[in-house]
Amino acid sequence: MTQSTTPGVLLEVREASRSFGHVRALDSVSLTIAENEFFALLGPSGCGKTTLLRSIAGFEHPDSGAILLGGRDLLALPPNKRPVNLMFQSYALFPHLSVASNVAYGLKREKLPKAEVTQRVAEVLDTVGLQTMADRRPAQLSGGQRQRVALARAIVKRPRLLLLDEPLSALDRKVRAEMQLELKRLQHEVGITFVVVTHDQEEAMSMADRIAVLAEGRVQQVASPLELYRHPANLFVADFIGTSNLLAGPSDRERLMVRPEDARLVTPGEGTLSGTVLDTQFQGGTSTVAVEVSTLAKPFLVCEPGATAAVRGTEVGLVWDHSVVVGEGLA
Amino acid sequence: MPSRTAGRAAGRAAGRRTGLGWLWLPLGLCALFLYLPILVLVAMSFNGGGSAYRWDGFSFRWYAELARDSDLIEAVVTSLGIATGATAIATVLGTLLAVGLARHTRSKMLEAAAMAPAILPDLVLAIGLLAFFYMAGIPKSALTILLAHAAFGTAFVVAVVRARLAGSDAALEEASRDLGAGGFSTFVLVTLPSIAPAVVAGALLVFTLSLDEFVIAYFTAGPTTETLPITVYAMVRTGVTPEINALATVLVLISVTVVVVAARAVRRTEKS
Repeated sequence: MTQSTTPGVLLEVREASRSFGHVRALDSVSLTIAENEFFALLGPSGCGKTTLLRSIAGFEHPDSGAILLGGRDLLALPPNKRPVNLMFQSYALFPHLSVASNVAYGLKREKLPKAEVTQRVAEVLDTVGLQTMADRRPAQLSGGQRQRVALARAIVKRPRLLLLDEPLSALDRKVRAEMQLELKRLQHEVGITFVVVTHDQEEAMSMADRIAVLAEGRVQQVASPLELYRHPANLFVADFIGTSNLLAGPSDRERLMVRPEDARLVTPGEGTLSGTVLDTQFQGGTSTVAVEVSTLAKPFLVCEPGATAAVRGTEVGLVWDHSVVVGEGLA
Repeated sequence: MPSRTAGRAAGRAAGRRTGLGWLWLPLGLCALFLYLPILVLVAMSFNGGGSAYRWDGFSFRWYAELARDSDLIEAVVTSLGIATGATAIATVLGTLLAVGLARHTRSKMLEAAAMAPAILPDLVLAIGLLAFFYMAGIPKSALTILLAHAAFGTAFVVAVVRARLAGSDAALEEASRDLGAGGFSTFVLVTLPSIAPAVVAGALLVFTLSLDEFVIAYFTAGPTTETLPITVYAMVRTGVTPEINALATVLVLISVTVVVVAARAVRRTEKS
């Protein structure tokens, strides 16, 4: 049992590595997650985020490294003995049990008195707004309701850490936006540390306090959504988070990044760059103007408030208030 | 059920519209080809005469005859006992083996080996078992038939249950572990309910296969043990009487009842 030295740290991953054949799913990953934090593991498929999540839950075992929860070695415990719960991507609701029995499953394994089980199940179903669905089977519920049951089943155990594997991927767009807010509210309400795995940067940005961006089994950057957006550690992060215009940088291995909302259209000849308006898109609150610049491979995107005055085919100049130099290589 | 009849009528109307109504003809012919022998068998069991081939008027005579035939009844009891024992052993072993193959190994070799007895010709298995029982010094009896049937039955149960497990979500078992259940609780509370229909189907298959299995039983039977197929074979050699038809009709009735009851049970567990 190693004692964690930093107060407020709940989970600590120390140089965890895991290989599957030639593929390094985790390559010396180190992370700390604080108590009551809403943390996101973000990256494209195959970046190692799922392997890390499953290692914390106990369904994978790192080849080397350590995972500590509140200073206790997690890797020594089987999944059923870890004070951690996982909400599965497929929800994995037991089809032969009712909603209430699904939620009660984990409490019954703790051999709690019947009255306490019944009370806690009722409470948590109330929290997720499913009190009227207690006797239904999972097959009789909508996708959003199923997700609430999966969530209730995990949080009713009062874990120290709740892992959520792509929690919103199975929902349609409208329900997803609703559930993003709902998850944040719930995390606040139940006071459990949430770790969400997702490939959707918008989802991670809108929910998480801090995000770890992973690629090729390595942590690229751990920061708040704002910090990631304004100061990406490298080209991969810059490209993965939001939209960016990438221009030639001060050296061969560096690029200059300009966010579309930091750029403005000016009269031709007055800008840092000039080009031809290729297309304009009206999005309601904002408009996006795509400008073809002869020295760039991709059109330069400019985000303007409201409707744009730009006309397709006309010459324009481009200026920006803010730019960041980013390195090309992966961490 | 008015909705079901309405559906059928609509189906027929749709058949007429799409011009596929003529498909009822080959369907009918196929059904006739499959069921005509059984219909003849059942009809001839009510034959008043002594021939299995010539109709001599309606009678329950051969059913009465059957009820008095103590040899035949003894054979039925022996066969039912063997089938029950073999089913019990094969269902338990086959289910555990299938779960092990599906969840704890990726070996295709092991899987093929587990299912081989279902594909091997009965004769090969029969000779092999005969030699095995002889070398192991186990006297042939009803018990040796039971063990032999359990051996090939296990392979059938593995095949049926393994297929069901392939289609089921392994995350269910992980979820159970995650919620604090140990390996055994997870098997009983989550795995077993999800494969129950396949386990029931496998058990039924073994039961019916064992009941009318001839070759292996013939090779592994003791000198005084006679299973139903062996007794019937002996009876047929001395001339077929409608008593055989009466016996077959009773067996058909039992099989149909068992299959219908099992199918209903499976549908109920699947619905829930």
